[in-house]
Amino acid sequence: MSESIIRLENISVALGGEQILKDLNLTINDKEFVTLLGPSGCGKTTTLRIIGGFQRQDSGNVFFADELINDLPPYKRNVNTVFQKYALFPHLDVFDNIAYGLNIKKVPKSEIKPRVEEMLALVNLRGFEHRDVTSLSGGQQQRVAIARALVNKPHVLLLDEPLGALDLKLRKEMQIELKNIQIKTGITFIYVTHDQEEALTMSDTVVVMKGGEIQQIGTPQDIYNEPENAFVADFIGESNILPGTMLEDYRVEICGRLFECVDKGFGDDQKVGIVVRPEDIEIKPEKEGFLKGKVKSCVFKGVHYEMTIEQVNYPYTWLVHSTDAADVGETVGMCFYPNDIHVMKGEDIDYSVFSAVPEEVGEE
Amino acid sequence: MTDLVYLAVIAVPVLIALVLVFGNPDKQRTKISRIFFLTAIFVFTYLPIAVLIIFSFNEGRSTGVWEGFSLKWYKELFADERIIRSVITTVIVAFSSAIISTVFGTFASIGIFYMKKVPKTIILNITNLPILNADIITGVSLLLLYNIIGIPLGYVSLILAHISFNIPYVILSVMPKLKQMDNNIYEAALDLGATPMKALLNVVIPQIMPGIVSGFLLSLTMSMDDFVISLFTSGAVVSTLSLEIYSMTKRGITPEINALSTIIFLIVLTVLIITNVKKPKSDGNTRKA
Repeated sequence: MSESIIRLENISVALGGEQILKDLNLTINDKEFVTLLGPSGCGKTTTLRIIGGFQRQDSGNVFFADELINDLPPYKRNVNTVFQKYALFPHLDVFDNIAYGLNIKKVPKSEIKPRVEEMLALVNLRGFEHRDVTSLSGGQQQRVAIARALVNKPHVLLLDEPLGALDLKLRKEMQIELKNIQIKTGITFIYVTHDQEEALTMSDTVVVMKGGEIQQIGTPQDIYNEPENAFVADFIGESNILPGTMLEDYRVEICGRLFECVDKGFGDDQKVGIVVRPEDIEIKPEKEGFLKGKVKSCVFKGVHYEMTIEQVNYPYTWLVHSTDAADVGETVGMCFYPNDIHVMKGEDIDYSVFSAVPEEVGEE
Repeated sequence: MTDLVYLAVIAVPVLIALVLVFGNPDKQRTKISRIFFLTAIFVFTYLPIAVLIIFSFNEGRSTGVWEGFSLKWYKELFADERIIRSVITTVIVAFSSAIISTVFGTFASIGIFYMKKVPKTIILNITNLPILNADIITGVSLLLLYNIIGIPLGYVSLILAHISFNIPYVILSVMPKLKQMDNNIYEAALDLGATPMKALLNVVIPQIMPGIVSGFLLSLTMSMDDFVISLFTSGAVVSTLSLEIYSMTKRGITPEINALSTIIFLIVLTVLIITNVKKPKSDGNTRKA
């Protein structure tokens, strides 16, 4: 599990005068499902293109199983790619699309047929051999693209936002299916997406990127529960990000109240950033809460109510997800526990960017 | 007498149509005027050709008086060695120049397509210039060039001239197909192990094939159609069909020309019908893709 298959060393790339990747270092382990996650323009697709050999880095090295592959063209690399818009060959049918890589490698015809059949079975497209690829639906085209890449038995499969064009329901089905395929085949998947939920659902390791730099690498649980900085906390799910003071190890002051926490090593009396997930906050009667606030809005979201609660005496509005509703204008108490408090180094956090209040964030 | 009939056939519907179109906004009448207007346009365009076809079967030499049906001029046409030779020349020049310019033009388009933006724009404009340039200038300048570098006028000079004015048309019809193509499919081919050359042949060329074919057909047509440039670059011995017809008119028109024109028109019409019957199918496919 821990054997490194791809290593990127000090990779820098500029495209059209813009620095896309800044001195990026990344090691990807064999047989892992790794997701590069970040907003558009963060360099995640460029990273994938460097691994695939479609983009040449300005400086730095790419290693494949400890072998330097900087100068290896894409057609000689033991990786295959599933492109964002599938990039199927429209003039070939499903069978010939999948068989393309094998035909190029001069695999005997007698071997090609069973291998293509096996792939069609893997992606649930049995019986589609001689269909015109342009007549397939988006989801079916995506399956063909996956089969076309996997049939070559690559060591690593690169996937560039492959589910971006599918509708929500199909996307969720395909997420599970992709994960199953990855487990079944034991191939290393490097998956690019801007959808944090997708990243958390499928990955063994998530690499959060922003502005050409890696922000955090970790398991989905790590990334969600222990974000290393405000960007990660804000990008992965909704969160309350606000300033606090670390009085000493395990003791932090938030909005004028002392909380116990599980974090240490920040030093005494240090300004820090606090992250509390909206679903970790409990609504209690006014007197029972650790903090008090006035309910500004309460919206039914299906699974929970989404509330904004204005903190008493401090200029902060909390975002709270709770299964219990509260009346607008009511003053309520809020509770959260040591495990729910995530502390980050906090000298240069611009809190105004991370306001959790939906009205100010703006709907997408 | 026939002149008057001809004039009346054209003028009457045109006048009525013009009056109705510009003179009255009333709905019912606009409908009628539309029909008149359309009729007028068709009459304008096709009456001359109809007259030409009818008179190609005329017994007499006259271009105005009907003297009875006969295939006489067709017989004479096929017996006229000069015309037959010029037809063969035209076909040879058209096909060889169209094939060569399609190959060159296709590769040029692919090269230009993958250029950086500024050189791409410059090169595209340079290649498009001959289309806008007057034929007479192209013809004269080619003649001068051949004199200077010592290429004798004949088949070679004629074919070279046709290649040079055909290439821009090929680029013009291949370029949009390259733009339509999903650029990822070239990378996908590389990704699956194809060398750049194989990816080009297996994936890019099939994708832009409709553009290549229409570029070839356009070249063929432009080459067959050309008169001015051929006049300057063919020399005294070699003669294309358009040059031959021109020299015939100087010697006095015979209905042989009508017969020849009729055959050419029918060939064009057949090609047009065939391509249009085939078209809707392929159109539907490209739209889906």
